[in-house]
Amino acid sequence: MRALTTAVRRASATAPGPAAARGDRARGLRAVALVLLVGALFVPLSASAQAGGRTPQPEIVIDAEGGCVAPPDEMRRNHMNMLIHQRPLTVRQGVRGAEVSLRGCIECHASREDGSAIGTRRNFCQSCHDFVAVRLDCFDCHQARPGAEGVRR
Amino acid sequence: MSEREPVERDQAPSPSRRGFLAAVAAAAAGVMIAPGIRLIELAAARPAGEPASGAVRWGLLIDTTRCARGCEDCVAACARENALERRGETSVAETQRPQWIRKIELKELATGRELSLPMMCQHCARPPCVDVCPTGASFKRADGIVLVDQHRCIGCRYCMMACPYQARSFVHEPLARQNPAVPRGKGCVEGCTLCVHRVDRGLAPACVAACAEAGHGAMLFGDLNDPASAISRRLREVASVEVRADLRLGTGVRYQGI
Ligand code: HEC
Ligand code: HEC
Ligand code: HEC
Repeated sequence: MRALTTAVRRASATAPGPAAARGDRARGLRAVALVLLVGALFVPLSASAQAGGRTPQPEIVIDAEGGCVAPPDEMRRNHMNMLIHQRPLTVRQGVRGAEVSLRGCIECHASREDGSAIGTRRNFCQSCHDFVAVRLDCFDCHQARPGAEGVRR
Repeated sequence: MSEREPVERDQAPSPSRRGFLAAVAAAAAGVMIAPGIRLIELAAARPAGEPASGAVRWGLLIDTTRCARGCEDCVAACARENALERRGETSVAETQRPQWIRKIELKELATGRELSLPMMCQHCARPPCVDVCPTGASFKRADGIVLVDQHRCIGCRYCMMACPYQARSFVHEPLARQNPAVPRGKGCVEGCTLCVHRVDRGLAPACVAACAEAGHGAMLFGDLNDPASAISRRLREVASVEVRADLRLGTGVRYQGI
């Protein structure tokens, strides 16, 4: 934006007379446009800031310490792709101990309160999904509770 | 090698001999998870990140002369391990309940000889269930274990009809409290996985472990491709057959004494 206005200013400096007046008018128009643009940017931001209290937000409770298998912003966007990508590798090719695994997610993300990753809106794997109306069938088969090693004796 | 496979070698161990072998095994492998567990250790688990290898072919040899009539130890162990037992109310008929392994009692009419054996997925080299599956859900893993990829299974049950051993079941009702290592659910076909979740960790299938722990030793599990494995050695020594060998399916499960 600043580069644009300096370019305009330079143009007006090299063109005196009526051209300069035209340049001034153009500059005024640009300033108005800029104000409008900046305003347009600010409106939704301030609206959402106000709505923080009114609109329900997902309540993301993380009991695990340390980090996830990837940075949080990547996890938010890509966790479903990571799981679906790993799935045939583990199930069909027999790759065990991969960094991404559904069992792994549950081991870390099951709630300390009730021991599950689903159940209420405070349970990790349900919090966002309820918010964005995603329904998983994974937990029809997969346990949402951690289980030590999973091998029964 | 042989010290690492105490159960395969020692089919019906006396307690003291079993203890001795376990001690040898623990010393050789340098691991002792808990008392008892070392007894059914196969070898090292496959390293993390490595896929199942086609150099291995898992198989079972069942000695029907050691399989007692009326004994259901393997069936019970399978149900416990894979959380097959139904808890609470069910409207599903007894004949429709999931069953991955069952006992069969046979009688030769001409002579009156009776015998008993466990029947389950035979982990065929050329599995008919895989041939007929319309979605690619039925598949054979590189190491010979025949599985259902439940993420692809649409529950059409063609595989159940194609299987000559009636080894697969359909899940008719919603399930709860599965073993975290053995996900299963309504609307899919399932069957014996050779306890793939245990095998991948270097443990024998639950039925084999239970049979050995009870001292019957009627089930021998191991790598058919490894000429030095206990199962390969035994197969070279004794007569064994495939059930329905006429179908040329190349079963991974073989029977001795029938
Ligand atoms: C019909 C039952 C069923 C459903 C529904 C199901 N799975 Fe699975 N899943 C299985 C079985 C069976 C395995 C194999 C377990 C093994 O061998 O370790 C498995 C294994 C996996 C694995 C590899 C093991 C692990 O813990 O990482 C991943 C990843 C996975 N499933 C992801 C999913 C996701 C994501 C969903 C939901 C979109 C889902 N599954 C739904 C049955 C199911
Ligand atoms: C080793 C424990 C561990 C494992 C395994 C793990 N997570 Fe995490 N996860 C965490 C922690 C701790 C955080 C918080 C990280 C932070 O804030 O820097 C987190 C953050 C996240 C977030 C971001 C939440 C937010 O703040 O918006 C998502 C999404 C997530 N994990 C999903 C998953 C999924 C899906 C899996 C399975 C593939 C998984 N995690 C496996 C520990 C784990
Ligand atoms: C930070 C919010 C958030 C958290 C926490 C979260 N998810 Fe998700 N998840 C989403 C969103 C949003 C989608 C839908 C993405 C889309 O449809 O594009 C989604 C979709 C998925 C899908 C794909 C569903 C489908 O049918 O395609 C899977 C599988 C999944 N999540 C698994 C998990 C698991 C397992 C956990 C808990 C470990 C978890 N998610 C926690 C936000 C989250």
